[in-house]
Amino acid sequence: MKNIKQLSIFAENKPGKLEHITKVFEENKINILAFNIASQGDFGIMRFIVDKPEKALEAFKKAGFTISMNEVFAIEMEDKPGGFHNVAQFIAKSGLNIENAYVLIEKDRQGALLICDIKDTEKAKKAL
Amino acid sequence: MFWQMEQETLKRAKLEALQLKRLKQTLKRVYDNVPFYQKAFTRCKVKPVSLKSVKDIEKFPFTTREDLQANYPDGLLACGREDIVRLHTSSGTTGKPKAVFFTKADLDNSANLIARCLVATGCTKHDVLQNMMSYGLFTGGLVMHYGAEKLGMLIIPSAVGNTDRQIMLMQDFGTTTLHLTPSYALYLASHFEAKGINPAKDLKLKRAFMGAEPYTEETRLKLESSMGIEVFNSYGLTEMNGPGVAFECTEKNGMHIWEDNFIVEIVDPATGKQLPDGEYGELVLTTINREGMPIIRYRTRDITAIDPVRCACGRTHVRIKRIHGRADDMFIIRGVNIYPQQIEQVLMSVNGVGKNYQIVLESSEDMTIKVEFAKGYFDGNLDNLNTLRGTLLDRLKAAILVRPKVELAEPGTLPVSEGKSKRVIDNRKVY
Repeated sequence: MKNIKQLSIFAENKPGKLEHITKVFEENKINILAFNIASQGDFGIMRFIVDKPEKALEAFKKAGFTISMNEVFAIEMEDKPGGFHNVAQFIAKSGLNIENAYVLIEKDRQGALLICDIKDTEKAKKAL
Repeated sequence: MFWQMEQETLKRAKLEALQLKRLKQTLKRVYDNVPFYQKAFTRCKVKPVSLKSVKDIEKFPFTTREDLQANYPDGLLACGREDIVRLHTSSGTTGKPKAVFFTKADLDNSANLIARCLVATGCTKHDVLQNMMSYGLFTGGLVMHYGAEKLGMLIIPSAVGNTDRQIMLMQDFGTTTLHLTPSYALYLASHFEAKGINPAKDLKLKRAFMGAEPYTEETRLKLESSMGIEVFNSYGLTEMNGPGVAFECTEKNGMHIWEDNFIVEIVDPATGKQLPDGEYGELVLTTINREGMPIIRYRTRDITAIDPVRCACGRTHVRIKRIHGRADDMFIIRGVNIYPQQIEQVLMSVNGVGKNYQIVLESSEDMTIKVEFAKGYFDGNLDNLNTLRGTLLDRLKAAILVRPKVELAEPGTLPVSEGKSKRVIDNRKVY
């Protein structure tokens, strides 16, 4: 288990919004490792794990985006049948509530990371 | 501090005697010189001599905005054209504009009324006024200018727009006092923030006068704390000289209205019957110290109430409450009468709400309120945004009895105009 930085960008549901965002990544030579979109009707939040989070934060702020950065937990999973089940079992036992989760596959394909946004950070740190 | 201490602190009995004398003179002047009023008085079976006390004004006919439009351009003049030195008009959103004329004495008088207001807020000749109102036919620029000049302030006639230059002027000339619309003030405040200017530290601003559009106490408090200034409420309308008809003193608890120049009535907007002090209704004003174009019982369409309680500042002239709204701004959704100010009041009282919003009327059943959340409010958490939206929905429902749609928007994305704002967008097809 490790902590990694996640970027959250507020996005109105409008055509072309995603393209605006990806352009900033492209222009600043930032590599996206994983992302997820949570939509809420007229707006959504896009979450990104990138190789240079601090640089990305600055770039988006400069470009006028509403963005924030926070730490999320990355739980290692074996890349084989039952890998996710093992992690889910563990999370259930620890009584943790996940706000939002998605998967990051590592480059070497030896394993995968479950990215978890957990509100109760202290409890999560103890359990994990 | 007073500008015309004697007039401003006149004992009530004396003030009322002066009102009666001036009202009689005014009625006679319009009856003798303005065919419109002669006909209107005759229709109501009254003559100037019918007035025995100020209260008798009730017997006289109203003047409406439609009357002003029908008599455009100069049908209500009570003197020869050669004695007029200034013309102002009020924007005519419906039909013809309303034209208002000033003689030399009228201009001088309106400047004195403004000077009274400025001194009441603590201004002296050492102050620097940046007049961020449109100069031209609109009274907000020129009429304020003449009043501030009378007091001896340094005036920067910067007018509206070009916010970067406005800020440069403030920095270079040590502006202490602003005159601007509330919507421009909100825009300016967010512009300061974006430029990294802390007005409380980096500028010499002390106060701002805000009028021309209704705004809420919550907006005032927000602006006062974000700019480190005192905000004074002002009320005026072109038909009654423009700015300076009523103004707050340093007590900031209602606006003094100069009763030696205006007779103040509050009437039920539906029946036209006078209402007792303290009750909200439509403000009706009669000019009693005007030569060029006196107006009798003008229906302002503005909703307020009279506060007759003596003010601690020593001025004996009554105060009117913050304008609740214009009788015309009101709209109806699902059969409920709603004033935009009610909505603004809710928005500005909820933590996390930014400075800008828009009310979109979709149909007779639906409206959408677009609200910017505050800068720095976003922390990536969807729940927080949903909670904010939920709180807004509940509070709005409680305040206006109708559940609107609420859309959250990023700071700085809703359109702002640099003058009077268009906060209500009416997409209803009602013809």
